[in-house]
Amino acid sequence: MAKRYKSAGETAFDLFNYLFLGLIGLAAILPFLFVVSGSFATEAEITKRAVFLIPSTISFDSYKFIFSTDTIMRSIGVSIYVTVIGTIVNLFFTVTMAYPMSKRNLMGRNLILNLVIFTMLFGGGMIPTYLIIRELHLLDTLNALIFPAAISAFNLIIVKNFFQELPVEIEEAARIDGCAELGMLWRIVLPLSKPVLATFTLFYAVGHWNNFFSALLYINDPSKWPLQVMLRQIVMLSQSAAGDLSSMDPSFVQPPEQSIKMAVIVVGTLPIMCVYPFLQKHFAKGVMLGSIKG
Amino acid sequence: MQPQINLNRRASVWKRLKRDKWLYILLLPGLLYFLVFKYAPMWGVLLAFKDYQPFIGFWKSEWVGVEHFRVFFQNPDFFMLLRNTLVLTLYNLLFFFPAPIILALLLNEIHRSFFKKTVQTMIYVPHFISMVIVASMSYVFLTTEGGAVNEMLYTLTGSKVDFLASPDWFRPLIILQTIWKECGWGTIIFLAALAGVDVEQYEAAVVDGASRWRQIWHITLPAIRSTIIILLILRMGTILDNGFEQIYLMMNALNREVAEVFDTYVYALGITQGAFSYSTAVGLFKSVIGVTMVLGTNWLAKKFGQSGLY
Repeated sequence: MAKRYKSAGETAFDLFNYLFLGLIGLAAILPFLFVVSGSFATEAEITKRAVFLIPSTISFDSYKFIFSTDTIMRSIGVSIYVTVIGTIVNLFFTVTMAYPMSKRNLMGRNLILNLVIFTMLFGGGMIPTYLIIRELHLLDTLNALIFPAAISAFNLIIVKNFFQELPVEIEEAARIDGCAELGMLWRIVLPLSKPVLATFTLFYAVGHWNNFFSALLYINDPSKWPLQVMLRQIVMLSQSAAGDLSSMDPSFVQPPEQSIKMAVIVVGTLPIMCVYPFLQKHFAKGVMLGSIKG
Repeated sequence: MQPQINLNRRASVWKRLKRDKWLYILLLPGLLYFLVFKYAPMWGVLLAFKDYQPFIGFWKSEWVGVEHFRVFFQNPDFFMLLRNTLVLTLYNLLFFFPAPIILALLLNEIHRSFFKKTVQTMIYVPHFISMVIVASMSYVFLTTEGGAVNEMLYTLTGSKVDFLASPDWFRPLIILQTIWKECGWGTIIFLAALAGVDVEQYEAAVVDGASRWRQIWHITLPAIRSTIIILLILRMGTILDNGFEQIYLMMNALNREVAEVFDTYVYALGITQGAFSYSTAVGLFKSVIGVTMVLGTNWLAKKFGQSGLY
C-alpha cells in the first residue's frame, strides 16, 4: 500500500493495537516464566516476596528433591515410552489406511470413508469403550494408552486428502518402471509427503505426551502412571511422593512446597517447549490442510 | 442378456479385488481399529437398555427397556447437569467464541510482519500445553496458601479470595482457562481467511474515503463470514461437550453443584461406582443430542444459503 497521511484517530488506533497485542502476547507466556522462576526459588525467597520473575538466588533444590526418588523418573519413562511407541503406531495405522483410501477407483472406498466419518459424529461413549478395553485385558497396561488412540479420524482424512492431491503422473511413471503397490507407498508417496507426516508426527506425539484422560480411565497401578497423572497427584492433590529426604545429604533443607510443584510443572512442560520451534514451522500448514474439502 | 452382464460384473469385481489386493491388505489394520475401538462400543450402548451385571456378562444380562432413562430424567441431578452444561456452553459462546475473531482482526491490522510473527508465536504456545498443566498452574497461582495472585490481593486489599473452592469463581475460571489456552490458536483459521482478501478492495475503499473502521466493517468482516458460520456450526454440535478433562480437574466437593456436567457424571457413576448401564444411558442421551445439534445447525446453515459442512 502506498504511504499516505494518517489521521490522529488512526495513529491512536495503531498505537493501542500494538500495545494491546504486545500485552496479549506477554499474557500467553508470562505464567510459564513465573513457574520457571518459582521453581528455582528458595524458602527465603518465597517468604520475602510473593511475586517475582527473577529469583535473587537460584537454587536447584526443588529439582534435586523431585529427582531423589524414582517416582517422577518412572512416570517420565512411561510418558516417553507411550509417546514414542504410540506415535509410531499412529503413523503406521494412519498411513496404511489413508493410502488405499486415497485411490479413487478402489472398490468400497466410499463405504469406508462414510464409516470413518460416522465415528466423528457418534460414538459409543466412555463406558462401552471402557468395557471393551477391559474385555481385551488392556486395563493397567500401557497398550491401553496406545492402541485405542491408534487413529484420529480427522487426521486420517487430512492425510488421505493429501495423498489424493499428489500428481498421478509420478505414480504412473513409477508403475511403468515396475514399481509395485507397497514400493509405491514407501518409495514415492511417503517421501513426497514428508512435511505432512512431520506435522502429524508432532501432533500425535504432543497428544500422547499430554494425555491424561485415558490414563485416568485405564491405569490404576501408580507405577504405570504417565507424567500427567503424576503431576496432578503432586500439584493438585498435594500427595508429595515427589522426593525422598532420607536419601539426601543431612544438611539438605526441604525446598518450599510451591517451588516443588512448580518444578514438577516445568518438567511436564519442558519436552513441549523443546519441540515447539519444530512444531511451529509446520502447524499453520497442518491446520489449513484440514480445511481442504474432499 | 441379463445374466451375462451379471456374470461379467461379478468377474470384474473379483478382478478388481485381485488387482488391488495389496491395497486391501494395507486397509486391514485401520479397519480393524475402527471395528474394535469405534464400532464395538457403539454396540455397547445397548447396555443402556439392559441391567448389566458384570459377572453374568453382556449377553445374559436382562433387558430393561428405557428404565434407566426414566430414572435419570426423574433424578434432580438431571436438571443440575443440564443447567451446568448449558450455562458453560453459553458462556463459551458469549466470551470465548468472539475472542479469536477479534484477535485475528487486530493482528490483521498490523503491517509490521516481525511484530506480528512474534506475537503469533507467543499466543500459539498455550495450545500445546496439557490441561493438567493449565489446571496445575491455576492451582499454584490461585491457592490461598502462598499463591501469587492471592499474595498480591492480600497486599493490596488485606483479604484473600478462595478462587478454587468457590462456586462463584468456577465458571469464570473455566472460561478464562479456555480463552488463555485456545484463543491464539483459534486465530489461525481466521487469519488464513483474511489473507485471502483482495488488497485492491482496501485501496478502492481508501480512495472512496473509508476510515479504518469502515474498511473492517465492510470488507474484512464479510470476508470471514462463512468461516465464522462453519465454526459456529461445529460449536453447536459440541453443545453438551464441555471438555471432560478441564472440568474434572477443576471440580471439587465445594464447587460440584455448578461444576458437574454429563461427562464427569458418567465417569463418577460408571467408572468409579460401577453403575455401567445407568451411566451408559446418560452418555447415550448426551451423544444423541449432540448428533441432532450438528445435523440441525448444518441443515439450518444450508437453508440460509451457507455451504454447511456436509
